[in-house]
Amino acid sequence: MKEMTVAAERENLPLVTAFINEILNENNCPSMTRIQLDVATDEIFSNIAKYAYDGKEGQVCVQIDIQEDPKAVVIRFSDRGKSFNPLAISDPDTTLPLIKRPIGGLGIYMLKKTMDKVQYERRDGQNTLLIRKKL
Amino acid sequence: MLNINKNLEDTSLTVELIGRLDTTTAPRLEGELKDALPGVSNLVLDLGKLEYISSAGLRVLLSAQKIMNKQGEMKLIHVNDTVLEIFDVTGFSDILTIE
Repeated sequence: MKEMTVAAERENLPLVTAFINEILNENNCPSMTRIQLDVATDEIFSNIAKYAYDGKEGQVCVQIDIQEDPKAVVIRFSDRGKSFNPLAISDPDTTLPLIKRPIGGLGIYMLKKTMDKVQYERRDGQNTLLIRKKL
Repeated sequence: MLNINKNLEDTSLTVELIGRLDTTTAPRLEGELKDALPGVSNLVLDLGKLEYISSAGLRVLLSAQKIMNKQGEMKLIHVNDTVLEIFDVTGFSDILTIE
């Protein structure tokens, strides 16, 4: 398991993406899967940066684990901000006409559609969102 | 990282996006389009070298489409499979014009 902790600032997304991609590349991750994981990382990290700490300083811990048999990657994003379960947001209506289309919730919806598992946990004052994807 | 190449001919604007349209780069595209779109009746977004798009990028495309609905047309060209999959999952392939 490898771990990285950064300030919960939008500008740190490239650092987190590079950290994750290095491990994915070492494990011969197919490029489509890597891109889906990069998009998932963007959605989760930017949500934490925007909402978790209400504009105050805070940190995000990213843990990445490669599982064998079947080979899969598991990434956990943890913060100590306010309690927030993004999976509790209802899915957007993707059939609505353009003019009525709200944009909120789309990122989480994309996660649910592209990852094999998405799981939220609140424990000891910490939010953890876990994603799992087969490699 | 995202490079934005713009080419304006008369009232037709072509914008080529190279790299990643994500939460860190989408605000810059939004700003450039806001400055460039007045007077444009035909907007072409060339996504041939776009590696991926996140929901922050989708939001920018949606607001550009809403602006162009009032003043002309917008279409996307050279959309690759990765980006197309994201459009399909989110229902954006139904509301954008993809060639």
